[in-house]
Amino acid sequence: MREQLEAIRQKALTGIKEATDLKILDNIRVELLGKKGELTAILKGMKDLSNEERPIIGQLVNEVRQSMEEMLENKKKELADKALNLQLAAEKIDVTLPARMPELGHRHPMKTVLEDIKNIFIGMGYSIAEGPEIENSYYNFDALNIPEEHPAKDEQDTLYFNPDLMLRTATSPVQVRVMEKNTPPIRIIAPGRVYRSDEVDATHSPIFHQIEGLVIDKNVTMGDLKGALEVFVKNLYGDDVQVKFRPHFFPFTEPSAEVDVSCVICGGHDHECKVCKGTGWIEILGCGMVHPNVLKMSGIDPKEYSGFAFGMGLERITMLRYGINDIRLFYENDKRFLEQF
Amino acid sequence: MNISMKWLSEYVLAPQDMDVFCDAMTMSGTKVERAETSGKDIELVVLGEILSIEAHPDAERLVVTQVNVGSETIQVVTGAKNVSVGDYIPVALHGASLAGDLKIKKGKLRGVESNGMMCSVEELGLSREDFPEAPENGIYLFDKEELKTKGYSLGDDVKPLFGLDDTVVEYEITSNRADCFSVLGVAREVAATFDRELKMPNIGFKEVSGNIQEMVKISVEADDLCYRYLGKIVKNVKVEPSPKWFQEKIRSAGLRPINNIVDITNFVMLETGQPMHAFDLEKVGGAEIIVRRAKAGEVMKTLDETERVLDESMLVIADKNRATGIAGVMGGEDSKITAETTTILFEAANFNGTNIRHTSKKLGLRSDSSSRFEKHLDPNLVEFAMHRACALIDELNAGQIVEGQIDIYPNPRTERKLSYDVAAINQILGTELSEQEMTDIFRRLTFQVDMESKTVIIPTYRADIEGMADLAEEVARIYGYNEIPTTISSKNPTVGHKTISQKAEDMVISTLLALGANEAVEYSFESPKVFEKLRLPQDHPYRRAMVILNPLGEDFSMMRTSMLNGILTSLSTNYNRRNSDVTLFEIGRVYLPTALPVDNSDKNAEMPTEKNCLVVGHYGKKDFFDMKGMAETLAIALGETFSYQPSAHSFFHPNRQADIICADKRVGYLGEIHPLVADNYEIGAKPYVLMLDLDAVVDHINLSKKYEPIPKYPAVSRDLALLVKEDVLAGEIEGVFAEESGKLLEKAELFDLYQGEQIEKGYKSMAYALKLRAKDHTLTENEINQVLDRILRKLDTTFGIRLRD
Repeated sequence: MREQLEAIRQKALTGIKEATDLKILDNIRVELLGKKGELTAILKGMKDLSNEERPIIGQLVNEVRQSMEEMLENKKKELADKALNLQLAAEKIDVTLPARMPELGHRHPMKTVLEDIKNIFIGMGYSIAEGPEIENSYYNFDALNIPEEHPAKDEQDTLYFNPDLMLRTATSPVQVRVMEKNTPPIRIIAPGRVYRSDEVDATHSPIFHQIEGLVIDKNVTMGDLKGALEVFVKNLYGDDVQVKFRPHFFPFTEPSAEVDVSCVICGGHDHECKVCKGTGWIEILGCGMVHPNVLKMSGIDPKEYSGFAFGMGLERITMLRYGINDIRLFYENDKRFLEQF
Repeated sequence: MNISMKWLSEYVLAPQDMDVFCDAMTMSGTKVERAETSGKDIELVVLGEILSIEAHPDAERLVVTQVNVGSETIQVVTGAKNVSVGDYIPVALHGASLAGDLKIKKGKLRGVESNGMMCSVEELGLSREDFPEAPENGIYLFDKEELKTKGYSLGDDVKPLFGLDDTVVEYEITSNRADCFSVLGVAREVAATFDRELKMPNIGFKEVSGNIQEMVKISVEADDLCYRYLGKIVKNVKVEPSPKWFQEKIRSAGLRPINNIVDITNFVMLETGQPMHAFDLEKVGGAEIIVRRAKAGEVMKTLDETERVLDESMLVIADKNRATGIAGVMGGEDSKITAETTTILFEAANFNGTNIRHTSKKLGLRSDSSSRFEKHLDPNLVEFAMHRACALIDELNAGQIVEGQIDIYPNPRTERKLSYDVAAINQILGTELSEQEMTDIFRRLTFQVDMESKTVIIPTYRADIEGMADLAEEVARIYGYNEIPTTISSKNPTVGHKTISQKAEDMVISTLLALGANEAVEYSFESPKVFEKLRLPQDHPYRRAMVILNPLGEDFSMMRTSMLNGILTSLSTNYNRRNSDVTLFEIGRVYLPTALPVDNSDKNAEMPTEKNCLVVGHYGKKDFFDMKGMAETLAIALGETFSYQPSAHSFFHPNRQADIICADKRVGYLGEIHPLVADNYEIGAKPYVLMLDLDAVVDHINLSKKYEPIPKYPAVSRDLALLVKEDVLAGEIEGVFAEESGKLLEKAELFDLYQGEQIEKGYKSMAYALKLRAKDHTLTENEINQVLDRILRKLDTTFGIRLRD
């Protein structure tokens, strides 16, 4: 019987080893382990054995059975792996073939920059205020301390519907409306369309976008203005950017300043740089401490509160960021332009 | 404002280093735009004397000269015809550079050694217009007398002799600083910036006896436009060219020398900022000056020999007979200074700046004078300027000044006295400056300080200083903006946030970007022609637009009342540039008047409405149902439900358009653009437009969401194949599904729509898959059948719809 078992084991070993597919393997299993299989026959013959021999042979049969099952299982896995590998090999693709592109929309470059600016200021505690683009003289001029006879009021610069109703020339009227309706502390930015009577060319557009900001609180100083704008500029252009405050004049702020940043194009290293004209500096902001007259007119007591305001042109900042040299591109909406951003 | 450093240095000692100077001036508020040093490219050109001239052995046209250039005598071969022995000439030595990057080197001319080159003014980068005494196509010959008086010797650099050693600085002067539109004004700023002494020019002069009152009569009729008029007479005038040094200064500021009298008026204007005028008194009719408003249609010829037609808003300087000058803008041809003039009347006056600005604009005539008056000059400058002009008459020996003056100045401007508060100024700036530091700054600015009463007296030329904030700015700009410590205020923190509608807008944008639409920005202006292009009927509300009074042309003359023109224009641009498959969207405003014509004289009148709208435009691969899919996706993003009704907009295809309904309100429309409209916009593909009134959609939006458990019980699907009359709308059928299935209907999906063979004419076959589900139990067959029965009964009774056999 031992010899018989050994022969079965050998037969199984060879058969399994030579099996080339799952079907052959299954045949082997049935032939040896099936109900009518050779091993099963031996098991059936066990009853004829002596009491001493039976457990010994029984253990042997089990061993042979176990090793055969193991062999079958291993071979099965080997064959499955092989089949899978074949399948995978057959499924090879050229990954450099073109992608099937889903359509992805692109934000207008100005709006991307505006969103960045909004996020910086929201992070600094500012909210976003909006107001009408068609304004009356009070909000567009008078409440901003712009005197009755100021040249800005000339038709030359402002587009009018009637002598008292016009397209706002800055987003500053929003500041006035916010001050009228709210009590300090106020921290807002007011982005939006503004209008001037400028003929269209590479650097002028009768419609453009401004972002103005306003902070009103107790004891706000010019140092705070500098601090806020430095944080903003460094967030927008990076920590390495230098910021310079230069005296300037605006009717609605006193003291007033213009803000220059070190050239974001050449870093101040190119004397031929077209953007900074070799000066190393680019002007990007106007700002100042809100004029006491402006506070008073908007119902805020300048003895109790002070504040600062600032303003910048979105087109200019966007042109600087992307190296765009013609403002008209923003309003043409050519797909080949928009899809670059 | 261009100012020569040489000229400036006569009043104040400026630092030598131009970078330091320019930077400090910019930082104290007088921004330097650029600094241009003349003769930068000219080097090694010296004064030489021609000792001998001999013929060239091999060239008829050339001569060989020996030239003394101070340290040595050099041989120069030249073709110049106008030189003779003893002439003093500019000589470019070996290694010299001339205008136009020309380098001079030793060499041989037709075999004869030449060690330099004699120069013309052109070779030095100058022109005969600036140096009329220079010969045409010849070497410049110096005036030996002049050289002697100036103390020049052979071998000296010639650049100073041509005024080529000066730097002209261009300053940006802000509109509040009328006092800085002059050399003296800037000098005053230089003195304050660098804490230097300001040296005032001489205003002393000799007078001869005479009675000015008898020689001229002056009256100001329009005293609301002329605040001061000062006249003074000079007799025995010799009109001639000004001396060269004087001309050079005029030229350095970009003006052209004319004659000594006109040059003096220009000089005084440049130096002090006060425009002046000189009349030939003999040509002033009746020897009378009347400052009055022009008569309507009054004509006069200005100095530029142009006839000007005036109106009653304009101020003129008239004589007894006629206008002889437009006040503050330009003098008249009739009374101008000529070589024959013997007696002049000098005018220094102060006019209403706004009026001058309007006049100059109306006439399209801007002058150095008008551009200064426009900025509102100090009337107290008038007398100083007049006396300076007289001092120059004396200095140039140009005539005799008659004693006395006529000064009409009814309301003299007085100095303003302001108190200062050190703590308040420090509070504005965020500094900790002492009173001493602040008052030092005030003194540098020529404010008179009284520390006892804590007041400053502001000179009248600083009309811009009105209160504490202005004083703070003066302190800050001299102390240095960049010296102010930078602080971050966190005293009363606020939380930054976006409003609900701003968030909803963000959501709309990100949805559209994900759907492949590119964001556009359109003009808010449009042309009235747009109404025809869009085929709008005469009474269409879109025709009620806000009209601009002073537009930049027809295309920019009205405010848009719809988003259509902008998006169609951009689609057209793309189409005509051969871009394929274009989807654009814009979020922007339309402007709707509350009443027309727009009348805002009533302060309480309602402002026009500005509505925030979304428009999506497309041509290319998408069709109506893709656009509807966008609308539906937006509805999902915003948590809204839209329904659609056939509509009748004239700009759409009559049978491919719908209104979008949200909460029983019409909030937009979508459709295929009418082929005639597409033609009008030159779009050769089928364009589609989707428009949403965002304000109306967002009005009742609720961004707060609540979790609903994921369904535990299975859904049941039932297909219905319906035979439907052609004109019944899918929307109507789906309405019945929703109505009759209570809360059980989860989804009704149309999976087949067929018309043709096998279907009766006038009918269509519609196959729907209905998905039903209850939240709290598994639906029974009975429940399902009840729902289906109700649906079928309703479809039958309402639309005569049957199940297909």
